[in-house]
Amino acid sequence: MSERDTVERAVADAHRREWAFVLAATARVARDLDLAEECVQEAYLAALDAWARDGVPTKPGAWLTATAKRKALDVLRRQQVLRAKMPLLVEPEEVVTDSPDPDAVPDDRLRLVFTCCHPALAPEARVALTLRLVCGVATPDIARAFLVTEPTMAARVTRAKKKIAAARIPYRVPEASELPERLDAVLTVVHLLFTTGHTAPSGAGLVRVDLVERALHLARVLHGLMPDEPEVRGLLALLLLTDARRATRVDADGRLVLLEHQDRSAWDQAAIGEGARLAVEAFRTGRVGRYALQAAIAALHATAGSYAATDWPQIVRLYDQLLAAWPSPVVALNRAIAVSMADGPEAGLAALDALADDGRLAGYHYLPATRADLLRRLGRREEAAREYRAALVLVDNDTEREFLEGRLGEVVDSGAGRSSYG
Amino acid sequence: MPQYGVLIFSPAPADPMAISQEYIDRLETYPAQVEQLGGKAVTGFALQPSTTATSIRGDVVTDGPFIEAKEVVAGFFVLEAPSLEVAIEIAKLNPATIEGGVEVRPLFEPPA
Repeated sequence: MSERDTVERAVADAHRREWAFVLAATARVARDLDLAEECVQEAYLAALDAWARDGVPTKPGAWLTATAKRKALDVLRRQQVLRAKMPLLVEPEEVVTDSPDPDAVPDDRLRLVFTCCHPALAPEARVALTLRLVCGVATPDIARAFLVTEPTMAARVTRAKKKIAAARIPYRVPEASELPERLDAVLTVVHLLFTTGHTAPSGAGLVRVDLVERALHLARVLHGLMPDEPEVRGLLALLLLTDARRATRVDADGRLVLLEHQDRSAWDQAAIGEGARLAVEAFRTGRVGRYALQAAIAALHATAGSYAATDWPQIVRLYDQLLAAWPSPVVALNRAIAVSMADGPEAGLAALDALADDGRLAGYHYLPATRADLLRRLGRREEAAREYRAALVLVDNDTEREFLEGRLGEVVDSGAGRSSYG
Repeated sequence: MPQYGVLIFSPAPADPMAISQEYIDRLETYPAQVEQLGGKAVTGFALQPSTTATSIRGDVVTDGPFIEAKEVVAGFFVLEAPSLEVAIEIAKLNPATIEGGVEVRPLFEPPA
């Protein structure tokens, strides 16, 4: 490998690992996210030449931070008059403690995360800002991930940054009293990122690996920064346990494989082990929230010998707790599936009926798809076919559509030539 | 003299830095017109664009103005005028009426 390659690789590596760290520290000096971003980008560019000339520093993150901060200070000196009239990032006054390590840079990543995920920003803007500022993902790539045009995504990011400045959203970590609510907003962003990647809402592939990996990385960073928060642990556990099944969710031809038929020997045992351990640790704190509960459910699935041998009654009990902590119709739908496994399809259908009256799941293709599956298991083929058709109208992901079409074919074919009385 | 709140509505996002030259010109002559008609602007403020707004309903915090509409609140001022008729005459001359509009509402005074 040439010298140049070594340096380029070191810079790319530092981009992946240190971007958030460098940007978060620079934002404190720049007092403006746009300026900070610009200076950090310039610092990474400067690193290419400087590291080729002087060698890769022992602490690339500290080098990049020092360089970006210096650039920011230069701009600030030049723009002093102009900036006096600009809304700056609001940062509370605090005592600066002398650090024994001159290279040590305060870790401001949590400030950055909480600012990007502030409840006063639109949910889709929080996700976009987090990807842009915390993960360093380029705007065109974010646009592609969320299937919007580049100008639309650029406008969304710009508007959010403007609001942070104009409305004075503070650049700080929330206080203990407000932490649960604010932390929930952060975890929601990471979880949304993961679910968007885990089952792409539309388009060809089922999984968008880049989003899944960004979400896992973010969950790990959060866990590193807030190791004692049970819900942070719960979220990381949930993502690990869910993603452990990634390789088995579609077959060699890209067709959907249900949990029931997945090759359990191909699940990522290291991820399952780590996820299950984190879930148990989260439960030990006694402060169990929705992510720890979902992780516990995922752990029961991941460690069961087979679909049939899964501890379904225990899963139903966990869903009951989850519904209490997080009254969501989607949770109720998943609970109904667990009920159908624990007490039979008819009990599951009864649970689904209650949900259909609710109305909030209208337009959610998993509702008719689940109903169709339970009816199929009961041999009520005509009703099942009707539900599969209803689900097909609503589904957007190609892999899922193909699966539903296959199931529809099965119930229609095997019913053909016979009279079906139920 | 009775006091009125005059709420100014402009097409969203109502960016005060993006108002037209006509608006600016009329804004310059407005204070004189208010006085001429016998009114007095007590205090007034323009707001930043509605894209910077945050709304709270119950315990739900959301990004954006309280009511999603084509026109949004752009600012407000308190007007002293001898009567509603005069207040309306003054309001009619407000440059916001070029594209948006204004709402005139008497201030509430707690009963003695």
